[in-house]
Amino acid sequence: MTTIYRKEVRGYLTSMIGYVFIAFLLVVSGIYFTAYQLQGAYPYFSYTLQAMLFVFLVAVPVLTMRILAEERRQRTDQLLLTSPVAVTGIVLGKYLALVTIFLIPVAVIMLYPLIAARFGTIGYAETYTALFGFFLLGCSFLAIGLYVSSVTESQVIAAVLTFLALFVCYVIEGIASFFPETSEGSFYILIAAVLVIAVLIYLILGNVAVAVVFGVIAAAALVALYIADAAVYEGLIQKMLGVFDLTGHFSEFANGIFDVTGLVYYLSVTGVFLFLTVQSIQKRRWS
Amino acid sequence: MIEVTHLTKRYGRTAAVDDLSFTVEKGQIYGFLGPNGAGKSTTMNILTGYIAPGAGEVRIAGHSILDEPEAARKCIGYLPEIPPVYPEMTVAEYLKFAAGLKKLPSGERARLIGEAMELTGITEVKNRLIRNLSKGYRQRTGLAQAILGFPEIIILDEPMVGLDPKQIIEIRELIKQLGEQHTVILSSHILSEISAICDHIMIIAHGRLVASDTPQNLLGMMRGAGAVELTVRGTETEVRRALEAIGGGISFTAHPSEHEENACEVSVKSDAEGDLREQLFYLFAGAGLPILRMQNAHASLEEVFLELTEEVHYDDDL
Repeated sequence: MTTIYRKEVRGYLTSMIGYVFIAFLLVVSGIYFTAYQLQGAYPYFSYTLQAMLFVFLVAVPVLTMRILAEERRQRTDQLLLTSPVAVTGIVLGKYLALVTIFLIPVAVIMLYPLIAARFGTIGYAETYTALFGFFLLGCSFLAIGLYVSSVTESQVIAAVLTFLALFVCYVIEGIASFFPETSEGSFYILIAAVLVIAVLIYLILGNVAVAVVFGVIAAAALVALYIADAAVYEGLIQKMLGVFDLTGHFSEFANGIFDVTGLVYYLSVTGVFLFLTVQSIQKRRWS
Repeated sequence: MIEVTHLTKRYGRTAAVDDLSFTVEKGQIYGFLGPNGAGKSTTMNILTGYIAPGAGEVRIAGHSILDEPEAARKCIGYLPEIPPVYPEMTVAEYLKFAAGLKKLPSGERARLIGEAMELTGITEVKNRLIRNLSKGYRQRTGLAQAILGFPEIIILDEPMVGLDPKQIIEIRELIKQLGEQHTVILSSHILSEISAICDHIMIIAHGRLVASDTPQNLLGMMRGAGAVELTVRGTETEVRRALEAIGGGISFTAHPSEHEENACEVSVKSDAEGDLREQLFYLFAGAGLPILRMQNAHASLEEVFLELTEEVHYDDDL
């Protein structure tokens, strides 16, 4: 694991990509910091962080696109996967390297509040809590990027897919508001979703029986739940989509609250995607 | 050293490897031989744990490749068909990285890397980027990676591809040298390469093992087709008269030589086992016809190979 970690960190620091990532984060954060804090004299640094969350949409795909896709394309995965290193070790080594590179701009950004403190009073606890949330959010995004890079051997496809995935996370709150919040509306939408899933099952597996059985059981469960306690459905769609709302969890941190649910949430997202990455590599062995 | 039992791997409906079983003994050089697409690379990828077998079992030095993958892979050095090198690294950096992956003791890494570079003759390019190296040097860098730390089993997939004739001879010598203490498996679709270095040849066609034996025995299988070829000074009639004097038990052809004046190209075949050469020597000496050239023309490995792989082809159509 340490061998792979060292190789990746070195690789990023001896090629353009690492520096592009670091520079991009620093330029954007610098501009926003100058605009809000230095020019606007706005006291809350979290506001700056909140405003520049879009950097991840571009920066993360740039950093993660080649990390596994390139190994596969140039067949060096044969060296890694036939060496006495477990796949988990390979994935962890790569992920920690990504986090390390990400830590470099974060460390620089940590200095900004100190600069701002020369011109007024800064709430350090709140500010650094917000920055910690920013770091956690970035780590989750990196895990998603790592996973996407493991499913393709093209860097371009990996970058585009990562961008799309992060974009969905970014706008999911807006998408959720398209759906009705009443229990009746949520109920109908879920029934429709079950039908769509049943059709997908049929299309993928080509098995009518499984699709029908799934559709009937899931629909029956939804109906039974609706009859028993219709209130459960109130705002349910929003709650379900909220699972993918990575940026939404950041707002608690941005408010200066050390949000334990948010911490657990980000760690879980990271864990799930690292697990999926390992699985996607293992699966290729068997196909 | 390696036990493979009923190994099968399918891609869709076609079987890349079909019920393959064999055992590899310690300290020998094995050659996988087969036409392109016969399943050599797939087999090697399974042995090294890169892909999982569809069915069957592989045990490396007693470790199952599925249950104890790390222990099994630790015994293997592998050079895949395309050398797995990073173009953005220098040769020395790359080998250092490989040494880390192989978990070689850190105190000995520098020495082992030096030895591997020395043996494969890449010491002089160690500080160059792999990106800028020729195919032959990349191949040798990959080979250095495979032999790094001298694992018990060294698996080389088409190690000679991309090398020039001088390098081929060097690498051949190296593999022979390695074969004295290690188990080496190499694959090729070129017979002369395999027959020159291997103690044991396994011929694979359509994912199945069609023959597994020493080069000598494989030739022996075809010995019946063997004949003696001669160039004899004399006219065709003189030569024919001399050969007919032997009587029965042989068949021969004779025709005037195209390369030599007043000489005949003769091919003699015995119906029974046994060496005809001495008999022919005294025969032509007695007849006053000097022999200019004489050699055993027993079947080449090419013929054995073609015959064996053809047979399987017919089976497949059933």
